[in-house]
Amino acid sequence: MKSVNNLEEIRRIISLHKRWDLLFMIAGIFALMIAVLTFMALFAHMLIDGMPRLSWDFFTSFPSRRPESAGIFSAWVGTTLVMLVTAVAAVPLGIGSGVYLEEYAPRNLLTEIIEINVTNLAGVPSIIYGLLALGLFVYQLGFGQSILAAGLALALLILPVVIVATREAIRSIPVTIREGAYALGATKWQTVSDHLLPYSSAGILTGIIIGLARAIGETAPIITIGALTFIAFLPPSPIKNEFPYVSIEWLTAPFTVMPIQMFNWVSRPEEAFQLNAAAAGLVLVVMTLAMNGLAIYLRYRMRKNIKW
Amino acid sequence: MAEESHIKIVPAGKLGYSFRRHLRERFIETFLFMSAVLSVAIMLAIIMMLVKESFIFFQHVSIWDFLTDTQWTPLFDDAHYGILPLVSGTVVSSLIALLVALPLGTIIAIYLSEFAPFTVREVAKPFLELLGGVPTVVYGYFALLFVTPLLQAIFPELPGFNLLSAGLVMGIMIIPYVSSMTEDAMRAVPMNLREGSYAMGATRFQTAIRVVMPAAFSGIAAAYILGISRAVGETMVVAIAAGMQPNLTWNPMEPAATITAYIVQVSLGDLPHGSIGYQTIFAAGLTLLLITLVFNIIGHVLRKRYREIY
Repeated sequence: MKSVNNLEEIRRIISLHKRWDLLFMIAGIFALMIAVLTFMALFAHMLIDGMPRLSWDFFTSFPSRRPESAGIFSAWVGTTLVMLVTAVAAVPLGIGSGVYLEEYAPRNLLTEIIEINVTNLAGVPSIIYGLLALGLFVYQLGFGQSILAAGLALALLILPVVIVATREAIRSIPVTIREGAYALGATKWQTVSDHLLPYSSAGILTGIIIGLARAIGETAPIITIGALTFIAFLPPSPIKNEFPYVSIEWLTAPFTVMPIQMFNWVSRPEEAFQLNAAAAGLVLVVMTLAMNGLAIYLRYRMRKNIKW
Repeated sequence: MAEESHIKIVPAGKLGYSFRRHLRERFIETFLFMSAVLSVAIMLAIIMMLVKESFIFFQHVSIWDFLTDTQWTPLFDDAHYGILPLVSGTVVSSLIALLVALPLGTIIAIYLSEFAPFTVREVAKPFLELLGGVPTVVYGYFALLFVTPLLQAIFPELPGFNLLSAGLVMGIMIIPYVSSMTEDAMRAVPMNLREGSYAMGATRFQTAIRVVMPAAFSGIAAAYILGISRAVGETMVVAIAAGMQPNLTWNPMEPAATITAYIVQVSLGDLPHGSIGYQTIFAAGLTLLLITLVFNIIGHVLRKRYREIY
């Protein structure tokens, strides 16, 4: 060991190491800036190109051969209907599965397999879900290239997101709440439905919103199903004038969605169509940002308000 | 004794075994169990579907040709079924993406977890999360119409479709996944390890690199594996910005198709169900699933072997 008396030497070494600290701080801020600036550039580029195209007509016109009169009417209607199917399918199944794994599941091999499997499903590329939907929903079950097939494909895709969010929200509820309910004679389901689900609802909702925001932007699985890129009509209306007032005809209708419409416009060589793509992209980004922002806000509120 | 009058006397029968209530409990439990098992069924369905269609495909094309032929032209008259060109496109674009995403994601994670003041972290984390929520088709648009022209200003001979721009944008896209998981892993390292290190006179940087990162290794490995899976399975950015021509090349300045881009290209056309062209996308999908599966297994092993328990 060197002598420690050499104070000058020690000071020098420390200041050298502190310089590394500073350098790394700068590197960190620089890396963060790259991410921030890229996003700014992306947003600004779309804003400049797309903003002039954004008008009321853009939302109420069908796609067209003439770029200046083309719009996203069929696309946003299609996206809304597909999301409806996705939410109806993924929310009950995801919550049910999360509740089962957290509250009901015995500790055995099957439970472990399910848990590992949920993690693995989250890592499967989205286009693979498209292939599954193509083989299973479109051909084997005969749904055709329809809103139903697309909605179910996206539901499978976001299922792990909803499951994980549900589990985390339920796990954060202290065990004393359960013990209190059981002590009063509540059954398992009464405990879950009267206590655990209401207390975890904000967390579950956050997960659902994040999942749906992801589903809105997913393009690959829907292309794989064979969604048409040029749809100049709307699916049949779900509400009818005569009895029974609701119709499910729209489920089997051909459709297009926002990201597919945008992809279609991006891949055209004419610049005018690329301006349309920018406008559609702007709508899409604002939609997903708003949904993700809502989820982040909900989580923030939750963390602030709930103190067990 | 006044409180006693408030207690209702419940007939003993109501507290006893109720068949209806029991039935409802069992019914609900069965539904919950079924929805949990569904995730396993989905995985099995994916594997069965891919294997079934690929099996028919491999009756026409030998596995040897599939793995060694250097041309992928299933839709031409002179059909070749060699997956290599698609694999090379996937590998090159993923490598570029990872060269961007892993270092930057790690630096951001270390900065946010060990250096950044509270307010910076509170603002940066949600922002990164928003960045991860931008649809991939939008990133594809950005790669084709912003990054490629920018790169063409530096490399004038760069073609309009190229792997470089697609890979770079993909890398930026993956940063949030890598950084948020890495940061979570680093923050899970107990404080007393850091305090011990500081007490020995180590600086923040030394503590982060030599104490926190090794302690968080299993989590960081998981983050990297997830990043790799994302890059390999990413579809829209490469389909839009890298072109869809299968091209056996290791040069990022050339256009090429990835496995995923090929599936998109076929799906955009109008292939009849049951044709060999239809089966090729399942064979390509199976290849993709196997690649991501290998990385998932590696991740699992790394996590198990290097897990530190405090």
